[in-house]
Amino acid sequence: MENFIEIKDLHFSYINEMEEPPVKTEVLKGIDLSIKKGEFVAVLGHNGSGKSTLAKCINAINLPESGAVYVDGMDTIDEDNLLPIRQRVGMVFQNPDNQIVATIVEEDVAFALENMGVPPAEIRKRVDEALKTVGMYEYRMHAPHKLSGGQKQRVAIAGIIAMRPDCILLDEPTAMLDPHGRAEVMKTVKMLNSQGVTIVLITHYMEEAAQADRVVVIDGGEIIMDNVPKKIFSQVEVMKNLGLDVPQVTELAWELKKAGCDISTEIISEDECVEKLYEMLK
Amino acid sequence: MDLEEYTLIKDITIGQYFPGKSVIHKMDARIKIILTGVFIVMLFSADNLVGLGVGIAFTALIFLISRIPGKMLLKSLKPIVPIIIFTAVLNIFFIRTGDPYFEWRFIKITDEGVDTAVYMVVRILCLIAGTSLLTYTTSPIDLTDAIERLLSPLKKIKVPVHELAMMMTIALRFIPTLIEETDKIISAQKARGADMENGSLIDKAKALIPILIPLFVASFRHAEELALAMECRCYHGGEGRTRMKQLRLGILDLWGSLFCIAFLAGVIAVNHLI
Repeated sequence: MENFIEIKDLHFSYINEMEEPPVKTEVLKGIDLSIKKGEFVAVLGHNGSGKSTLAKCINAINLPESGAVYVDGMDTIDEDNLLPIRQRVGMVFQNPDNQIVATIVEEDVAFALENMGVPPAEIRKRVDEALKTVGMYEYRMHAPHKLSGGQKQRVAIAGIIAMRPDCILLDEPTAMLDPHGRAEVMKTVKMLNSQGVTIVLITHYMEEAAQADRVVVIDGGEIIMDNVPKKIFSQVEVMKNLGLDVPQVTELAWELKKAGCDISTEIISEDECVEKLYEMLK
Repeated sequence: MDLEEYTLIKDITIGQYFPGKSVIHKMDARIKIILTGVFIVMLFSADNLVGLGVGIAFTALIFLISRIPGKMLLKSLKPIVPIIIFTAVLNIFFIRTGDPYFEWRFIKITDEGVDTAVYMVVRILCLIAGTSLLTYTTSPIDLTDAIERLLSPLKKIKVPVHELAMMMTIALRFIPTLIEETDKIISAQKARGADMENGSLIDKAKALIPILIPLFVASFRHAEELALAMECRCYHGGEGRTRMKQLRLGILDLWGSLFCIAFLAGVIAVNHLI
């Protein structure tokens, strides 16, 4: 499989112009990362680790200070690539209220397509398709502010998938939702991934990261771990030192192992845990 | 703020759209805006009682066709009652030409004054009723859309029509969000012991400061994030933009226009004949 996103020695700093002299804060310190088409990558890191900044570098909101970011072979630094890149890489943010532009659900889903200059009949078709994909078709004539958080976030996702992107970046899409809304969004994300959409999910919830194909851990602007979820979460102590959690079941296995039980810590799902516990107790 | 007021703040409706399926609801918003103009011309060109009667009949007729409940009509007229009384009094007492009905010291009421007062009152009532019918039967989005399209020739002289319409849409979109936020901030400040009911007017005004400042900060944050999200969805101004909903003129709009113009012609004819 070819690399859809290719990041090479990426450096990025925020410059605070309000101070005198301007204060420069280096957020990303040499990131090398490649993501293949169709992959589901979770990005972990505590607040201020640079994970959101990284996501904004991928769809050319932030431009690299040095190094380079390529999306589908296009360099983000080239201004002519701006719209094609944003069409290929959609981004969903944390607060659903702040990304809905229109006063009616279907108008909002159509927003990106209208910007892209898609003919009206085609917009209609794609909007209906996108709303059906996220299961919000019955709500197409509703006002967004009357929907629940999970529903709003699904509308926001529909607005992105209507562009038919190859990749969706989700920046803590579930952080402001209740457990029910979180489950709705994660189901949608997994379904999109199964249809071949590349997913980059930034999250604080380890149970969500455990569902990915690959987990990338960022700390202090550098990638410090990049592996399958099992290999990442089994290093419980390393994760805890980074200020990150592990899924509850992994922690349970780890505590049991510490107490002297013969159990692997490479457990990330409840079913696995039940199975291993059963074996151990047999 | 007591409980009743508290719930009130949440129930504010945006604009005053009253959804329905009448012929007037279905007409193109652009035509409705233009016809509102024609309607205003009709009202002010009527210079005798018959013409005015035609104007009243027209207003009543469109209200019947739109099936907007009379209660809504009264609601829209209520706020302008003081203005109407003021206009009537002004006209009655300050027009001093014509035959006097009544004279006492400096007060002089003439037939011309009373006539003008009646005309003005009827015109204003019909005007408000007719124009509020526009907002009752057209959703705010359609209205903004129609304004954008009607004003689009102004783009040639560099008026940022698209940007203005986009601002209106976003403002409409964020009214409920900001109201919700205001509610939250009020509750949060109350939980910290803020007193908003007692004290003088100045005290009450001062109590608003801890509500308004967080609200301002929040709206700037909304704006920043929204701008980012819009950029991510390929927003780059009005250039090359298409629309999902195409406004299309139908046979209904033709009949509506003819209907209106017929009444205007009627009023003008009456002016000349009588």
